Amino acid sequence: MTLNSLPILSILIWTPIIGGIWALIAGDRQEQTVKYFSFAVAVITFIFSVILYCQFDPTYAGMQFIEETDWITAFNIKYHLGVDGIALPLILLTTFTTILVILAAWEVIEKHISYYMCAFLILTGLMNGVFLALDAILFYVYWEAMLIPMFLIIGIWGGPNRVYATIKFFLYTFLGSVFMLVAFLYLYSVAGSFNIEALQQVPLTLTAQKLIFVAFFLAFAVKIPMWPVHTWLPDAHVEAPTGGSVVLAAIMLKMGGYGFLRFSLPVTPDASLYFSDAMIVLSLIAIVYIGFVALVQEDMKKLIAYSSISHMGFVTLGFFIPFSIVAATGASAGAIMGMEGAMMQMISHGFISAAMFLCVGVMYDRMHSRMIKDYGGVVNTMPYFAAFMMLFAMANAGLPGTSGFVGEFLVILSSFKASFWIAFTAALTLILGAAYTLWMYKRVVFGEVTKDSVAELKDINGREAFILFLLAVVVLTFGIWPAPIFEIMHVTIEQLIEHVLQPKIL
Amino acid sequence: MNNMEQIYIAIVLAPLIGSLIAGLFGKFIGRSGAHWVTIIGVAISSILSMVAFKHHMFDGAAIYNQTLYTWLSSGGVDFKIGFLIDPLSVTMMVVVTFVSWMIHIYTIGYMHDDPGYQRFFSYISLFTFAMLMLVMSNNFLQLFFGWEAVGLVSYLLIGFWYKKETAIFANMKAFLVNRVGDFGFLLGIAAVLMTFNTLDYAEIFANASQYADATIIIFNGEPWSLMTVICICLFIGAMGKSAQVPLHVWLPDSMEGPTPISALIHAATMVTAGIFMVSRMSPLFELSETALSFILVIGSITALFMGLLGLVQNDIKRVVAYSTLSQLGYMTVALGASAYAAAMFHLVTHAFFKALLFLGAGAVIIVVHHEQDMRKMGGLYKVMPITWLTCLFGTLALIGFPGTSGFFSKDAIIEAVHHSTLAGSGFAYFSVVAGVFITALYSFRLFFMTFHGNQRMDVETWKHLHEAPPVVTVPLIVLAIPSVILGAFLIGPMLFGDYFGNAIYVSAAGGHDVLAVMGEDYHGIGGFLLHSIKHPMVLLLMSSGIFVAWLCYIKFPDIPAKLVSKIGFIYKILLNKYGFDDFNQAVFAKGSRGIGQFLWQVGDINIIDGFFVNGTARSVRVFSSVVRHVQSGYLYHYAFAMIIGLLVLLAVFVHGV
Repeated sequence: MTLNSLPILSILIWTPIIGGIWALIAGDRQEQTVKYFSFAVAVITFIFSVILYCQFDPTYAGMQFIEETDWITAFNIKYHLGVDGIALPLILLTTFTTILVILAAWEVIEKHISYYMCAFLILTGLMNGVFLALDAILFYVYWEAMLIPMFLIIGIWGGPNRVYATIKFFLYTFLGSVFMLVAFLYLYSVAGSFNIEALQQVPLTLTAQKLIFVAFFLAFAVKIPMWPVHTWLPDAHVEAPTGGSVVLAAIMLKMGGYGFLRFSLPVTPDASLYFSDAMIVLSLIAIVYIGFVALVQEDMKKLIAYSSISHMGFVTLGFFIPFSIVAATGASAGAIMGMEGAMMQMISHGFISAAMFLCVGVMYDRMHSRMIKDYGGVVNTMPYFAAFMMLFAMANAGLPGTSGFVGEFLVILSSFKASFWIAFTAALTLILGAAYTLWMYKRVVFGEVTKDSVAELKDINGREAFILFLLAVVVLTFGIWPAPIFEIMHVTIEQLIEHVLQPKIL
Repeated sequence: MNNMEQIYIAIVLAPLIGSLIAGLFGKFIGRSGAHWVTIIGVAISSILSMVAFKHHMFDGAAIYNQTLYTWLSSGGVDFKIGFLIDPLSVTMMVVVTFVSWMIHIYTIGYMHDDPGYQRFFSYISLFTFAMLMLVMSNNFLQLFFGWEAVGLVSYLLIGFWYKKETAIFANMKAFLVNRVGDFGFLLGIAAVLMTFNTLDYAEIFANASQYADATIIIFNGEPWSLMTVICICLFIGAMGKSAQVPLHVWLPDSMEGPTPISALIHAATMVTAGIFMVSRMSPLFELSETALSFILVIGSITALFMGLLGLVQNDIKRVVAYSTLSQLGYMTVALGASAYAAAMFHLVTHAFFKALLFLGAGAVIIVVHHEQDMRKMGGLYKVMPITWLTCLFGTLALIGFPGTSGFFSKDAIIEAVHHSTLAGSGFAYFSVVAGVFITALYSFRLFFMTFHGNQRMDVETWKHLHEAPPVVTVPLIVLAIPSVILGAFLIGPMLFGDYFGNAIYVSAAGGHDVLAVMGEDYHGIGGFLLHSIKHPMVLLLMSSGIFVAWLCYIKFPDIPAKLVSKIGFIYKILLNKYGFDDFNQAVFAKGSRGIGQFLWQVGDINIIDGFFVNGTARSVRVFSSVVRHVQSGYLYHYAFAMIIGLLVLLAVFVHGV
């Protein structure tokens, strides 16, 4: 059997799931074995995603590596997988993040580490499933199933207020996705299929499109999250263990963005156009309003959570700015830049938010506090850590040379074509992002040591340094040379924009 | 050409490699390893820059404009990293690397006892790299990269002594104020991209004139000149980096950093990036007289009013810092008057004499045991003859004493503004002329208070005073030479000759080309000197500045105190720096936190969560009692139940519909 004939997408989904089930069975009796085993599974999954990347044809716009089997024939539901230039970067992000999360848990998680590993491995498989599913019901199953491990991660390994947070998290996301299911069912009644590519082609009346758009919006806007349905995120982050926060910020938020690209825009292009101004306004509110809110946070995790929401504002702005650009200039040239910038913002935010949450985790493991006021002068006792955190803080503030710059830069450049004021408002993040990130950094890391607990801090160990080093390499590499990511997604995004700009009103 | 490309790459990479080695392996290579590796790196860079300079300026090499690699391409635009080497950039390269080299050497002496020795060398070499990327760029993207990267290093270096509360406040302030400038700069770049669909200088400049009359709608229905919008946005970036009013507030505070970087970054090189940028963009700025007038006025305000603040400061470094602000104002005025070459000329001479003055101030500071208050100095000329003499040369150059470098460059600016016909040029002329008196006054106030008069330090300090070590004095001497003589050599070719070639463009129409007008009367440096003697107003102002300084600080040292009691009101305004800092603290810093608290407490917590979410959540309390079983430890039972539940639901759904 050659490499090419392997069902590589299924492997990406089921390797971690099966690994996770084994970890569950092995249980707490064999903690060491389970840890190494889980790490091996994560690495193997990552290697498969790299193989996928190597074999991926970046010149082809459609789905590749398609796998299609009947699942529930009565309703034409299929086990149907495929990957394109939008899904591939997200798959790589997912498998890479899993390695970090497993390593980050190594000595830190004290209770039921096997179950912890199990939850994360299964979560990885399900998240890969979300990005790879080409059948709406299959997508929905992965989408909902994914909530369970996350729910457990926060509910079991979380902080003191975890019950409130998990319920808020569950309710928000679950309520949102119920409407998505209804939309799928309606689309099935029209198209006679749950095939996502077919749904993208099916003509719909404008009213139907608007309703479907709203249903999708409830699912995806909650997930990404957009203002004003964002308040679950800071609570979930605060209560989640470090690994949970990392996955939540790095990958789960991206599912909202992915949903917009995979469903909202192509299935309801005319409604997207109709609602685009509102979406842009909501995005700008997220960027500015949340930027101000982040400024006054006293809990580091909350601050980073709010910063994530603000950064995600650039994603939704980039997704919906094409309509305004076309309206203003009559050409779609700048539109592609905005959308690719938004994609890049998603990828980059995956790395940077993961790094920021890991940094907070490193400090939390030592001090058992996330409060800014409990720190001060950390650089004196943890100089290596401070250097890493400086890099990630700057990346979070969008400094050129880090990946955090690329997406924001492109989105601002392209939104200028739509309107001076959109670019103006979005560019405020340059000031706000630097203000909340550096002010936190100043209060936590710089200064004289005034607290005994800080004076006793030990600098990062080899394992922590390795994790942060990996992220630093990625953040700098894609800041200095982002072209490879763009090469993967060019043709897919071009085709998507072309499709979205075609009216498909019935 | 190919080996020139390798030279350019080596110029950029040598300091970067030095920085990485010193930064990452500082512990292993030790202190001397760190300074050797970085000094060698920047020395290579400097020598090769001189080779490149000779290649372009003497051997007449063609302009080099090549791409290194494509950063990314999106939507039909290729964002590239590449070099444009022409007279403008090669001049900046020589100045930056040479001053940086001298400051690297000086640092060995200045930072001798500092525990962060290796880190410091790593940072200043990194700065050199970033600054080179900025000046060598052939496109806006890389310019912005370098622009922000020098800002980052400046941030790191101002906060170098991270335990000092004032230092870590100052570095954040510097970064944020610069970000305000960058905000405008980024919008300017976006406007450029929208207009030209490329960020490549050469293409943009070639097509710029087509858009001279283009407009853009910003406020409802009111068309604005596109070029004015672009230029003002770009200039806002320059206002941040080159510390023009009202974005100047970070520069005096940046003096919290170690003195070598005050010399390198906050006087000689980084702060002139804005001046360089506007000169580079001359083909764009020439298309908007509105923008030029704006620049002229901002520059004049900075030149005059920031100089005044230098009169009341007692911290030796802060006096030099306000002097830097004022001199940057002079350069900006020159830009506004379309005398880009004069701005660049002053940039070059200023880089040398201001670096010299800062290093001289630093030499004094170490000798008097890190005392920066001039009221505790005095009489130092006896013990520090080399420092005294070099500082005298630096001071003379700064005030524009006839024959020194500063004289030629500053007089050229004053003359250029005199010829300018733009709106605001009258005020600008008044400012730069009045500025001469003020410059002479604060400069000699500093000089007299530090080196002459009574020894005001305590006896113990006085006993141990000595001349600074050679690693400090040699850079002073090396910098003193160009501070004195360089101007005489450069004025002819740079202002009136073909020095910059096509690198700077001045429109022939509308009386823009003031330097050409001056050039008609220019007959060598002798004539230039003679001209200023025949029209002695500037010289008289300068001399009276020195005289007043002598009266107040040598002859009758109690005059200043009496004056203060007479005009206490004005003194207070000056001490409060016109209230900019208080205003920013009260309005921007406090205001933003207020908005943040309001949006968080009222918007998120009360309205969204309190009203919408918790209404739902109350009904969930029932649910939560069920969920508590999660904590019972039967995790996998629960998980299993959930997954099975989901599958059952799905099955029911599938078969039941």
